[in-house]
Amino acid sequence: MSDFTEIWSYLSQGPLLWLTATLAAYALGDAAFRAAGRRPFVNPVLVAVVLLGVVLWATATPYATYFEGAQFVHFLLGPATVALALPLWDNLAHVRRAALPIAAALLAGSATAVVSALGIAWAFGIRGEVLISLAPKSATAPVALGISDAIGGSPTLTAVLVILTGITGAIVATPLLNLLGLTDWRARGFAVGVAAHGIGTARAFQVNPLAGAFAGLGMGLNAVLTAFLAPALLRLFL
Amino acid sequence: MIPALLTLLMCQLAGEAAARALALPLPGPVLGMVLLLAGFAVFPRLVDVVRPVAQGILGHLSLLFVPAGVGVVGHLGLLGQSGLPILLALLVSTVLAIAVGALTFAAVARWTGNTP
Repeated sequence: MSDFTEIWSYLSQGPLLWLTATLAAYALGDAAFRAAGRRPFVNPVLVAVVLLGVVLWATATPYATYFEGAQFVHFLLGPATVALALPLWDNLAHVRRAALPIAAALLAGSATAVVSALGIAWAFGIRGEVLISLAPKSATAPVALGISDAIGGSPTLTAVLVILTGITGAIVATPLLNLLGLTDWRARGFAVGVAAHGIGTARAFQVNPLAGAFAGLGMGLNAVLTAFLAPALLRLFL
Repeated sequence: MIPALLTLLMCQLAGEAAARALALPLPGPVLGMVLLLAGFAVFPRLVDVVRPVAQGILGHLSLLFVPAGVGVVGHLGLLGQSGLPILLALLVSTVLAIAVGALTFAAVARWTGNTP
């Protein structure tokens, strides 16, 4: 019979263990989210990421090895983005009627995200590559990385900033929007999709289907707008 | 299930191909979403084909961000000395962007008499 280290070294190199671990960590995160009465600060993504981060660190597993297994989950982001067409289709009448509020909120939300992030970082003396990498952080990851690369940022750093922005948005959205007294699910969802892309959209779907549909729309539209706004607004700070 | 998956993947594939071929500043899957929406308009029966699988995937959208999120943990060091100001910039700008976006939406909806 093989001893534990032998079995471990076999399993830890294959995709099965880390795929299972990803689902298990998410199941725990989701259970914690439910146990906490679906409160936004117990974000299932954040809980799963912290759990897996600790496990990888404790077992000295490189991220590349982990990703061999996790890539099957990661890959589904593409088909999931395509699938956002379904809630949009179901709410197409809502979307058509709200064209004006959508256009105004898109411009205002997107510009605020870029200018305020750059302004605050600039005020703290941050310049150069780090500042540039911050500009597209509210756009969905593949777009943000492309923009960052094109304007002289670091795509790896931008990836970190995009994910942190998404988790922040998912956590603050509900208390913030309640505080503002906003009850229109379209406004709530759309703003979260614009500011916090897919992670914000996932959060919006947890709260309300109409909010989710508008969040998906906000994410898609902001991907396009950020590609034009981020390079233009960045010039104000260089 | 297979026709639904095939539809989603074909839209993504067409989106990726179009994004590359036309050098659009858009990710393939977002174009794929637009294509699928167009597909629904042309073939309304497609909606029922895609629905169960699409709802299954979207019901656990959060899960799909976990692998990328784990990648972030290893790169937190990249923030280095500018970590605190950067995190502050992220937090404040995300709060402001959500607030400004949602308030603008609600205000314009009210002016144009557009209620949900």
